[in-house]
Amino acid sequence: MKTLWKTVNIALVALRLNALRSFLTMLGIIIGIASVIVMVSVSSGSRQAVEQAINSLGTNMLTIRPGARMWGGRKSGAGSAAPFTEKDMAALRKRFDFIDDMSGRVETSAPVIFGNRNWTTSITGIHPAYIPVRQWVIEEGRNFTDRETRSGGKVAIVGQEIIENIFDGQSPIGLRIRIKNVPFTVIGTLREKGASGFGRSHDDVIFIPISTARMRISGKADRSVPNMVERIYLTIDPEFDMAFAQQELKEYIREMRKITPGAEDDFNVANYSEFIRARNESAATLGLLLAATAIIALVVGGIGIMNIMLVSVTERTREIGIRLAVGARRGDILMQFLVEAVTLCLIGSFFGVAIGLGSGTLISRLSNIPVLVNVPIIFVAIASAAFVGIFFGFYPARKASLMNPIDALRYE
Amino acid sequence: MMDTSLISFRNVCKDYRMGAEIVHALSHVSLDIAEGEYVAVMGPSGSGKSTLMNLVGALDVPTSGDLIVHGLNLVEQESDTLADFRNRLIGYVFQQFNLLPRTSALENVKLPLFYSRDDKMGDMNEQAMRCLERVGLSDRMDHEPAQLSGGQQQRVAIARALVNNPSVILADEPTGALDTHTSMELLDLFQELNDSGITIIVVTHEKEVADVTRRKLIFRDGEVVDDISLTMHSAGA
Repeated sequence: MKTLWKTVNIALVALRLNALRSFLTMLGIIIGIASVIVMVSVSSGSRQAVEQAINSLGTNMLTIRPGARMWGGRKSGAGSAAPFTEKDMAALRKRFDFIDDMSGRVETSAPVIFGNRNWTTSITGIHPAYIPVRQWVIEEGRNFTDRETRSGGKVAIVGQEIIENIFDGQSPIGLRIRIKNVPFTVIGTLREKGASGFGRSHDDVIFIPISTARMRISGKADRSVPNMVERIYLTIDPEFDMAFAQQELKEYIREMRKITPGAEDDFNVANYSEFIRARNESAATLGLLLAATAIIALVVGGIGIMNIMLVSVTERTREIGIRLAVGARRGDILMQFLVEAVTLCLIGSFFGVAIGLGSGTLISRLSNIPVLVNVPIIFVAIASAAFVGIFFGFYPARKASLMNPIDALRYE
Repeated sequence: MMDTSLISFRNVCKDYRMGAEIVHALSHVSLDIAEGEYVAVMGPSGSGKSTLMNLVGALDVPTSGDLIVHGLNLVEQESDTLADFRNRLIGYVFQQFNLLPRTSALENVKLPLFYSRDDKMGDMNEQAMRCLERVGLSDRMDHEPAQLSGGQQQRVAIARALVNNPSVILADEPTGALDTHTSMELLDLFQELNDSGITIIVVTHEKEVADVTRRKLIFRDGEVVDDISLTMHSAGA
């Protein structure tokens, strides 16, 4: 231990004697380590953001919506097939015990007026169950009653961003707003959910009863399809397997919609969290790619170390001869140069970690890219720097240790 | 004779390969050097003097024959054994001083202690300082070689050679890079060390240096051609 410390000391002295060269050599390692830290922090940050997004969606939620319709052998766009209705919802609920909560949704965009404020936002027609299904929480006031939902009640629940933008942050309960010139009374507010991860805030939203939305706002009260819903959101009893529920629902809906066996579904039962997770997989792949780039930088840094150590060994041939003459064993010389290379890498990695953490913080401050620093990666980075030092330092160190003392002493 | 000798060459040959040619640097040398002797090794360039020093100092090994130093046959030893042998028993003084550049005198002197395997070692600084004091450089401890004169540098080298309490000091042309006055001072120092019981072997081609020793080994073409021992009386002055 004492010997190791002395060897480290010798290495430090040698590095200090060539401070500029040592620093330039370290630069490769510094950049390599810093980029490893930044890349990993950014990619694990976005992964965490996605996990949060999934959690905010609810992991046991399924979405049902009409798909593409086959029309004379041609496929129309998504959603062109026959819409679902409240009747379908009732049938599903009757058929399946594993449905916990279920809500339809009709969404449109419309201007909202309060006093002299005018704000265009998403107007979402829902059943009361939409609130728990989508993991919303009523912050103030109350949810819709079934009666309001059925009879087209002119009541609204507003998101935090709406409160900010048209009510100046004041409690809007009991206030009246106009949506497409229809007066609504605000009866509740939603707790903040934050950025959706898709560039839009979750909180910029107004909920109204689904019947009201159909009749008065969206213009989607198709007479041929009474009580249509654009989408159905439902949660599955956690006791049940999601994939099983998804499959059961699909089969039953095919029956309901009289799809002949072998024909394609004209609807879609989606596990939304899985979709996001899949999207996240590609983000993870990108992160892996970035990490690979960073590792290449580290290897290039290591080659720099090897290069400079070889120069250093040649330059210090005489010193090696002197050390051998006064009784250094070959192992001592090997150790000296190896420790020097590792010390170089470790000091470089400390700078690299500092710069990596610094730029990570800067990135998260200056942009909205989520950054998550995980502590293990710091240790992994330092350990890999040490490994680079040993790996690339070994050949020069071995070369030094195998010198013939007489030739080394004579070296000019 | 064999029992009392510190260094004993028995029929030692040393061959070097120089390209396709084999050079016989030492051929069938047999000689003994007793503990406490002060020996000058003389002869023209290429006569084998330096080879002799390298062999005694275990920097190189004989091609054939036996070389016993301090009871250890240096032929066919592990490199670690030879390193420890150099560290424990040999002190080198070179013509070009061979100090570590940009390293203080004190650190230079401490160098052999750093490689010592002796666990009962005292304080390294203290030992190194004592040796610098012994060569008269206690006020130059923090100076780097570049800040010292040639004579002073060679004293640092001698202090380094002394720091492990060696039984033999091998000096290869120690005054070769020094002026006459400084050389004389250095020779006085060698005399002092020899008086304290250290065996000294000095390679030189300066007559003044050889004259202060008590024995001269004259080499030519890898062989000892003359071995002149002086009586104590005539070695003085």
